[in-house]
Amino acid sequence: MYPNEMELQWSILIVLYPFITGLVAGAFILASLQRVFKVEAVKPTYRLALLTALAFMLVAPLPLQLHLGHPERSFEMFTTPHKTSAMAMFGFVYLWYLLAVLVIEIWLEFRPLIVHRAASEKGLLRLFYRALTLGSTNLSPRSLEIDDRVGRFITVVGIPSAFLLHGYVGFIFGSIKANPWWSTPLMPIVFLFSAIVSGIAAVLLIYIIYCKSQKIPIDIPCLDTMAKYLYYAFIVDFSLEMLDLIHRIYVADESFQSLDFMVKTRLWGSQVLLQIVLGTLVPLTLLGLTQVRKISIAVRQRMYVLAAALTMVGIFAMRWNVVIGGQLFSKSFLGYTTYKMSFATREGLLPALIVMVLPVFILWALVKLFPPMAEEGAAPGGAPHL
Amino acid sequence: MSLDRREFLAQGTFYLMLTGAASEAWSFIESGKPQEAPGYDVQEHWWAMFIDVEKCIGCGRCVDACKLENDVPDEAWFSRTWVERYTIPPPDMKNPKRDLLPIVDSPNGGRNGFPPLEHPVEGAKSFFVPKLCNHCAHSPCVQVCPVGATFESPDGVVLVDKTYCIGCRYCVQACPYGCRFIDPRTNTVDKCSLCYHRITKGLTTACCEVCPTTARLLGDLRNPADPIHELLRTHKVQVLKPNLATGAKAYYNGLDAAVR
Amino acid sequence: MLRVPKDAEHLLRLALLFAAGIALFLIVRAFLLPAGFGELGHFRTGAIAANQQKPLHFAGRAACDECHSEVVTKLAASKHLQIGCESCHGPAAAHVADPDATKPAKIDAVDLCSRCHAANPSRPRTQPQVDVAAHAEGEVCTECHEAHDPTP
Repeated sequence: MYPNEMELQWSILIVLYPFITGLVAGAFILASLQRVFKVEAVKPTYRLALLTALAFMLVAPLPLQLHLGHPERSFEMFTTPHKTSAMAMFGFVYLWYLLAVLVIEIWLEFRPLIVHRAASEKGLLRLFYRALTLGSTNLSPRSLEIDDRVGRFITVVGIPSAFLLHGYVGFIFGSIKANPWWSTPLMPIVFLFSAIVSGIAAVLLIYIIYCKSQKIPIDIPCLDTMAKYLYYAFIVDFSLEMLDLIHRIYVADESFQSLDFMVKTRLWGSQVLLQIVLGTLVPLTLLGLTQVRKISIAVRQRMYVLAAALTMVGIFAMRWNVVIGGQLFSKSFLGYTTYKMSFATREGLLPALIVMVLPVFILWALVKLFPPMAEEGAAPGGAPHL
Repeated sequence: MSLDRREFLAQGTFYLMLTGAASEAWSFIESGKPQEAPGYDVQEHWWAMFIDVEKCIGCGRCVDACKLENDVPDEAWFSRTWVERYTIPPPDMKNPKRDLLPIVDSPNGGRNGFPPLEHPVEGAKSFFVPKLCNHCAHSPCVQVCPVGATFESPDGVVLVDKTYCIGCRYCVQACPYGCRFIDPRTNTVDKCSLCYHRITKGLTTACCEVCPTTARLLGDLRNPADPIHELLRTHKVQVLKPNLATGAKAYYNGLDAAVR
Repeated sequence: MLRVPKDAEHLLRLALLFAAGIALFLIVRAFLLPAGFGELGHFRTGAIAANQQKPLHFAGRAACDECHSEVVTKLAASKHLQIGCESCHGPAAAHVADPDATKPAKIDAVDLCSRCHAANPSRPRTQPQVDVAAHAEGEVCTECHEAHDPTP
């Protein structure tokens, strides 16, 4: 152990960061299934998935900001971005994705509703919606058709952007050659697939909760389709992770002994039990059962909920094992340290919990402002894809 | 006085070569204005360090001097430089295939020297390895800094801009040698600056200044008269983790394969 | 000039909003860019000077020679010739700046000599080493040995 390695540099907040951006990318990719790939079954979740992505996206920079030694200097990332730094480029990828993809797509999608509410609401809300109309109340069929075409184009651009967003997070870790636990070209794509998995699982849970709270009947074919895609994405994700693991074991390079010992001791609970067994194998089995057996709707729905919840735990554990695990062993491959999580400090558990709960409140507010199931604002005969 | 110095210079060997320039800068240092010392051209130097493992006696004076000279926090986990003691057990003759891990310790970064091992290993090979920033020519830490707060100076020294560092710690993760830490007083990153405030005034680094055995030697690779050229020519040197191709400029003589 | 169809007017408004945002970013960036950034590389040129302007604590052996040349000369002819004065006497820049204000601290000889000469199997064999307790029998090293010109 080098002396300077005794203290961990990246705390639980940095665990949250890939977890949250993963939810964003995953939710968006689920939304684009309907828009681009014409998977009509998941249509009921389209708007909800977009709003979920936005809610988490708005919170994503918060854990980063909190963990900085000098948060007030973070603007330097935009004034003097270092071209060779994966982290500097991430700022731009983030802004691109938030503003050029998510916000525009949501704006186009909700424009009819915004225009209607700008006329029907009162007071501050009226001002809010009027500002969002940008002064144009044109809802002619032709304009909505244009919106639909532009929206589809944005989604097409959005998919590689979502890939980029989360692939980049993976690259931030995968490009650190000093750290064998992180340094693998598979890292960006493992991150990507785990992002899709966690995003679908999150939207599935949010959809069920939303329907229950709004007393809307749950669309079972939609649920089945989401579960199916969750299952497929999870298989790819799990295969990639196992490929990485098997490769490491087989190649057994100079770092292997050290990492092997770490996984068998310090990461046994979070990696093997939580991530692989409880967070991957159990949900995969549950989802697999629903695919091959005829199970009643009520039981199936419960299995989906359980599988999705365990998936979220598993993906969170995966982020934890990457970020924290990558700092528990010494880069000299001799010696280990431990992570002592504090509670009410700037990088402790408390801010982490707040950061994790915050998107739920933002989503609640977004759903109030832009009700995903509302038919209002639909042009006579219905907007093209509503 | 001047005669004394000439005699001194004649008798002292090459490691005292910096003294001429040092005394020139000295008047400025004495008057409390070291920053006004005579011109230093960053384009005319390329600093490196020669470390002789076979000469290191593990006294820890370098670690102590570094802490004092650079106002480094006392705790060992804030180390700009440190010394490791390697103890490598002899091969297991009954089971030669067995991997034997070296025992590495560095009590308080080696600052107070090394008491005998608590559990000595019979027949072991043991030696000391001083560590510091390798001032890599292709340094991974500079590569990842998102804002340009750490950089390779044109004279080959990796420096930190403490007023510009945002404290993201990406560089700490990227350094393969564990040479970086966060200064708890400023919340910015800190590391060996190769005593930049000294070497630019003709002095040597604090660690080299106090090393009793010349196990550490500062060298300027752009200065043809610098003895480091002769040392590099006459020794089989190695850098740490050469597989990472960091362009490390801490050249080790007598480095064992077990050292990482 | 490009004519925007009436039904895409709201998109033009959005585009203008984005253009305004980017323009604002570029203007703000120009103001926030630190002086001297990027002249010698991707960093603030002033950071080099900032690293130079730190106080010295170790004066270097040449400074000691200014006043204590007889000791320095003696040392240079001894077995301890490689050892810098401040290696044993501690940082002396303050003493050099004002010799009367501060004096180098007193040395605990047994502790200091042991740092280099206490027997330790990890040391190179060429290093003179003794079992301190058995060798000194409680006496201080300097009673027999002269640090500036040691002889076994």
